[in-house]
Amino acid sequence: MSVPLTAEEVARAALRILGEIAPEADVASLKPDVSFRDQMDIDSMDFLNFVIALHEALRIDIPEADYSKLSSLTGCVNYVLAMSGGEKTT
Amino acid sequence: MTMTKTTYREAVRAGLREALQRDPLVFLMGEDVGRYGGTYACSHGLLEEFGPERIRDAPLSESAFVGAGIGAALGGMKPIVEVMTVNFSLLALDQIVNNAATIRHMSGGQFSIPLVLRMATGGGRQVAAQHSHSFEGWYAHIPGITVLTPATVTDAKGMLLAALREPDPVLIFEHAYLYPMEGELEEAGLVDISKAALRRQGRDVSLLTFGGSLWKSLEAAERLAAEGIEAEVIDLRVLRPLDTATILASVRKTHRAVIVDEAWRTGSFAAEISAQIMEGAFYDLDGPVARVCSAEAPLPYPKHLEDAALPNVEGIARAVRGLLGA
Amino acid sequence: MPTLGADMSDGTLVAWKKKPGDPVTRGEIIAEVETDKAAIDVEVFTTGVIEKMLVQPGEKVPVGTVLAIIREAGQPASAPAPQAGPGRLKISPSARQLALELGVELASLQGTGPGGAISREDVVRVAKAGGMRHETRGGTGEQPLAPVAEAAADRLLRMRQAIAAAMTRSKREIPHYYLSTTIGMGRAMAWLGEENLKRPVTERLLYGVLLIKAVALALREVPELNAVWKDGQAAQSRAIHVGVAISLRQGGLVAPALHDTDRQSLSELMQNFRDLVKRARAGSLRSSELSDPTITVTSLGEQGVETVFGVIYPPQVALVGFGKVVERPWVAEGRVLPSPVVTATLSADHRVTDGHRGGLFLAAVDRLLQEPSRL
Repeated sequence: MSVPLTAEEVARAALRILGEIAPEADVASLKPDVSFRDQMDIDSMDFLNFVIALHEALRIDIPEADYSKLSSLTGCVNYVLAMSGGEKTT
Repeated sequence: MTMTKTTYREAVRAGLREALQRDPLVFLMGEDVGRYGGTYACSHGLLEEFGPERIRDAPLSESAFVGAGIGAALGGMKPIVEVMTVNFSLLALDQIVNNAATIRHMSGGQFSIPLVLRMATGGGRQVAAQHSHSFEGWYAHIPGITVLTPATVTDAKGMLLAALREPDPVLIFEHAYLYPMEGELEEAGLVDISKAALRRQGRDVSLLTFGGSLWKSLEAAERLAAEGIEAEVIDLRVLRPLDTATILASVRKTHRAVIVDEAWRTGSFAAEISAQIMEGAFYDLDGPVARVCSAEAPLPYPKHLEDAALPNVEGIARAVRGLLGA
Repeated sequence: MPTLGADMSDGTLVAWKKKPGDPVTRGEIIAEVETDKAAIDVEVFTTGVIEKMLVQPGEKVPVGTVLAIIREAGQPASAPAPQAGPGRLKISPSARQLALELGVELASLQGTGPGGAISREDVVRVAKAGGMRHETRGGTGEQPLAPVAEAAADRLLRMRQAIAAAMTRSKREIPHYYLSTTIGMGRAMAWLGEENLKRPVTERLLYGVLLIKAVALALREVPELNAVWKDGQAAQSRAIHVGVAISLRQGGLVAPALHDTDRQSLSELMQNFRDLVKRARAGSLRSSELSDPTITVTSLGEQGVETVFGVIYPPQVALVGFGKVVERPWVAEGRVLPSPVVTATLSADHRVTDGHRGGLFLAAVDRLLQEPSRL
């Protein structure tokens, strides 16, 4: 129901949110294909807050079953684009 | 991140074009947006590129075409409706305030209105009282809508794209004086429309402003810096929901606040900000909150009178000096 | 000065949130106090009107020191109302606050601001010239606080020292016994998955709240574990306030209370848990949250740990540790199936309870987790 996002927009939003959750982390240097949890100190509460913030910032619905797809930056970008891309054809 | 030099007008146009390209549900409607290319040329060339189905000239009835935009949004489209100036938007006040802003609530959340309403605001161009007023503060009074005032070329484009992702109505006020202004466009898409922007760091006073007054405030800050006064400049840029946290954080740091708002002082949005500072940072204030607003008169046509009526760089600097006893 | 944990001997008053003459209601935030562990908002324990502040911002005082006198509703004022300073002083709110913080007498100030108003600058000038009533933590008016990074490192060191003191005391004084059991989580996880399908992103539950709620309800059945050791004997607590161990990003941990854990719905518990973690990490916990826990729950499953043998946080008498939820071969009705399981461990004070009661408690936790919809 919204204008589709670009990969850069999603990545920027994801990194901004991660930076707010873990202020001590250098989010700019995260490897996009490696899971966040292997690169920074975040627990399930942090991850939940990440999903909630992503949901609020990008206005996408994220079923719990899909949480694992959001574990890395590349995963996030692909997932969000697939979600909003799917809507594009309506 | 790439940067390109562009004008505010071109940035708005780039935002419109990108939205139209990215989403087939987006269309633009308003007076003279098609064949004439927009009163401020923001949609110049878009009719040729996207056709009359998506770039729609509307009859001279704000109530009718804003209402049509609300209907289209209810029907699943993503309309961008352009109203020539904020003065004329008053003809559509019923549609905006009684319909667009309320339908989500009155339908118990069943309907949403993803409408984006753009309009020019502000004075300084010698187009007299019926084209020059600033009513964005009035709209910021209304729950149910988001009120944006982009002041930079990046915000002009990025806020439009972000607005189109909102499920509820968004009003964008483009200060008409800014259309020919050049600036660096950050090609990074969406702008975060929940936060104010810190445009200049300072320690002595907070200049709180938005829209066309941002640039006057920044210039005043430069002038004051030469006198040894470091002013912080906050671009509020989202009037509703207001980012009070950023305002209070700045005031807690500098202990002084000057609000620059091109609307009239009495009952202004500047008054609201002042009240919020009083509520949230009273014990951090080292002096009364000051306001720089327009003279309490319909904006005059003659240049010297218009200049005298509007906030200006020296007036802002003077207000700061007065607060500091400098 | 309230005690905000075992082995806290003193605290520094950072700021008053109220002033003499202000009415206060029980539970309202009255002051900010800095302890070895964190900056804490102090809640007032009674309803009334503040009569007098006895401790100034910047002062470090022992636990138990009276911070302020509150006149309870209905009581007459003990003394005539104090005169509100030297007449109508033209002073900015911030300057007044700063003068209070730096201990500068208002009468000694000369205003040089617009219209002769006293500004922050005027206060700083007098403070620098030695016009302070007493030593404050900052020294000069220019920089009343140590640089931020230094303060953070200092806080971390003091937190480490506080943890060291509490844990040493625990292991020295408390005869711990440990019981461990493996709990099948198949039903709980399946129920949670279904439940979360129905919930919007912002209201979804973490399995941790099921564990916390199960512990709280099991304590109703074995209330001896819900107690504090005081004056040589255990004092059972009627209310169940589960403290949850939260690791902090800069290092160290706190275990603040989720008040009346057993009486909150899972949704309430989740919202409050989220909020508690957020505030713990932002350093804005309330005094009652640190002083009230009647038992502690800790989980190290995130780190891949299977079994946790925790150290009891005095004066509490028990701690429950949970490991990671892992898939294991599990025998149910004579068949071996893969099933998620979690290891729950009770560390308990043998002066207060015996293994028999501890065992019953763990069994109750297990039983409660088999009926997740009733949690």
